Amino acid sequence: MDNEYSVLIGGQAGDGIRQASDSISRFFNRLGYWIFAYEDYGSLIRGGHDFAIIRAAPKRIFAHKDRVDVLIALNQDTVEKHRWRLKERSTIIYDSAIVKADGLGLSLTDIVKERNLPPVVRNTAALGALANVFGTDFQVVESVIRSSIKRSIEENIEVAKQGYDMAVVRRGTFQIPTLKNPPKPLLSGNEAIALGAVKAGMKLYVAYPMTPSSSILHYLAANTDDLKIVTVHPENEIAVIGMAEGAAYAGVRSMVGTSGGGFALMVEHLSLSGQAEIPIVIFLGQRPGPSTGVPTYTGQGELFFAMFAGHGEFPKIVVAPGDPEQAFYLTSDAMNLAWKFQVPVIVLGDKHLSESTYTTEIDEERAIFEEGKRWSAGGEYKRYSFADDPISPLAFPGTEGAVVKSNSYEHDEYGITTEEPELIARDHEKRLGKMKAIEDELRGRNTVMTYGNPGSDVAIVTWGSTKGTVVEVAEDHGLSVVQPLYLHPLPTWEIGKYLQKPKKVICVEVNAKAQLSTWLKYNGFRVDGNIQKYNGRPFTVEELDGRIKEVIG
Amino acid sequence: MVIELKDMNTYAPNTWCLGCGNFGIERAAKLAFVDLVNEGKVKRENIMMVTGVGCHAKLADYVNVNSFYSLHGRTIAPATGMKIANPELEVIAFAGDGDAYGEGLDHLIFAAKRNVDLAVVIHDNRVYGLTTGQFTPTSPKGFPGRSTPKGAPEEPLNPIELMLTCGATFVARAYTVNVNYLKDLIKQAILHRGFALIDTLQPCVTFYDTYKYYAPKLYNLQDEKHDQGNWDAALSKAREWNYEVDEAKRIPVGIFYESDKPIYGDELSRGKDLRDATIPKIGDILRRNI
Repeated sequence: MDNEYSVLIGGQAGDGIRQASDSISRFFNRLGYWIFAYEDYGSLIRGGHDFAIIRAAPKRIFAHKDRVDVLIALNQDTVEKHRWRLKERSTIIYDSAIVKADGLGLSLTDIVKERNLPPVVRNTAALGALANVFGTDFQVVESVIRSSIKRSIEENIEVAKQGYDMAVVRRGTFQIPTLKNPPKPLLSGNEAIALGAVKAGMKLYVAYPMTPSSSILHYLAANTDDLKIVTVHPENEIAVIGMAEGAAYAGVRSMVGTSGGGFALMVEHLSLSGQAEIPIVIFLGQRPGPSTGVPTYTGQGELFFAMFAGHGEFPKIVVAPGDPEQAFYLTSDAMNLAWKFQVPVIVLGDKHLSESTYTTEIDEERAIFEEGKRWSAGGEYKRYSFADDPISPLAFPGTEGAVVKSNSYEHDEYGITTEEPELIARDHEKRLGKMKAIEDELRGRNTVMTYGNPGSDVAIVTWGSTKGTVVEVAEDHGLSVVQPLYLHPLPTWEIGKYLQKPKKVICVEVNAKAQLSTWLKYNGFRVDGNIQKYNGRPFTVEELDGRIKEVIG
Repeated sequence: MVIELKDMNTYAPNTWCLGCGNFGIERAAKLAFVDLVNEGKVKRENIMMVTGVGCHAKLADYVNVNSFYSLHGRTIAPATGMKIANPELEVIAFAGDGDAYGEGLDHLIFAAKRNVDLAVVIHDNRVYGLTTGQFTPTSPKGFPGRSTPKGAPEEPLNPIELMLTCGATFVARAYTVNVNYLKDLIKQAILHRGFALIDTLQPCVTFYDTYKYYAPKLYNLQDEKHDQGNWDAALSKAREWNYEVDEAKRIPVGIFYESDKPIYGDELSRGKDLRDATIPKIGDILRRNI
């Protein structure tokens, strides 16, 4: 792609790499570029090595590349670990007080020391330098700082200006054209998930901190007044889902968020949601397991866990967005479907989606609140009334004339415990009958995304965040891509349309057991090959390009 | 509209053992609900029972009010969620000792710490009934349960002491036989603004029949001028009996402690009504990310 640029900024934990990545993304955003920013950091607070790769392109991108044009090194490690990423024309901007390298050495340390500012402000000086290397006006930097930095704004602008001025020797190393696109909101997957839920009426978000879901809690907690919601951080994940289910039973749309370990603790309550027919949305942000695994990295090893979690048999929906826009609309759908069908819905994401930043074009009017089936007063209320429709009307406690009995035991229509064989069988049929109703509903919704060349002999099937890299590479090679947004129930009626013709079907996913591939085969589809990765890192464009070439020959 | 005790009944057949201590709690709870409704203090539709799993929990089927028959050990978190969702609900959690002091102790501790506006009635029979006779967190040391045939190897937990130290603002003990007194306590616990716990001593005629043990040892704190506003005095009364078997020790019932503290939820919701389904516009929030 012409006119695309990648910048890597690296340092230790505590150097503010996340903030710097945000500022650099906003910088390119103001020049009219589409952004994808990848964050790579360890599970520690100080030390270690953190870096971000910000890629800017004149058209939509959903992936990062290995190679970079500018390397900003806040420490020596960054130079040593990432030198291989440099291209012939690449430049290193480095803090010459503590780093040895060839390129543009600026004493970032001294710039901040002179003003008695904390070392974390070094990256603001680097941003100034970067802007000059790209030959842009300083006003762009100032605008970025005013929008993204909350404290000591004037000092930060001064620091950035000094960095900018000192970089004059390399001014315009890259002559970046300003594009006509207006800047657009830059969102992480987690921010999009949070906002999508709110647009479908979520009023309560409950979570216990766990990477990579925590930033949903942080984001919503910081915006409770604007969004008219409540966030709660309770004692553990069991309390998290218990509270959310209690609130949902009482009529308030609620969501919880966690990662695999926390979800494991929630599973008992997941089953309660199935039995008692309590609508609940669970965001499950995958990271590499098993167990504590690799907390701050990515993976897609919990598809089966999400689909099959829960004791007993009950209906459940699993959706898997692949970028923030999909995350926004699908989380909104998840909430509406949970309340329409009174079932648990899992929004299955991963660290790569949760914490990467993307340029977005979100139309909030497209995410709507869809009402579930409500009880109209009159007659005796039966929480689990069962005529032909497996969906019983909802009433909430506090409704005059209704006694609302919710039950974790097998129960009669009124909600009173039963052990009668006829009722037990009928209840199973009622609950599982919802899967049929859900499938009927999904046939009218967008359940599968396709990309690339529809006439290709090779179809790539992928899911979740991995679609970002897959789509870019597949388009380069003229292949077709199929991305199911719904994984349970699997929209076989839709997937089938795209997998009949191609001679070769390849599954690409970030796990070791080829779970989507297995699930497709279970559903009667042919899969001819798998491309997998399971080292905690997502596919980059160059890497997947090589792997695809091996397969297609 | 005046309601009667029979309005509290359901058609569910009762399956407790003859002489079960649960009957006293059931009757006291129903009487308390009827009183509160007829006194105009609580609306019937706002009465919200949450039960766990165990013999106690069948109460959900037996009382004709809103109920959430939850999981074992999981009454408190859903109850808290209901209170966040709709503060007008009078949420009363009924839980067994194995349920609240064992399986779900973390939630109980945190509800007391937060001073959630809940009433919690513990059916403390000090034995697992429904799973047929194992020791619980409040069984005395040496209790010969089916999982500890040579005697429970642990000292019992003193829930009154625990709840006091966790910040509960209403801590009481009752005995199921004295139904009218328990009814009054339940009413007070419901009307108390904050976290209220009543540890209700309840004999289990099948697995741990304590009728004869308790009867001569009980006395009421309020009959002996106990200062229920004094936390230190409450703690010292709580320690008078540590759930051990000791013929020489008296067992206090009544209100150990009662105080007024800000409740959980007020700061959390800051005046928002979560039942208001208005959907906010997010344009401004999106623009912050440009």
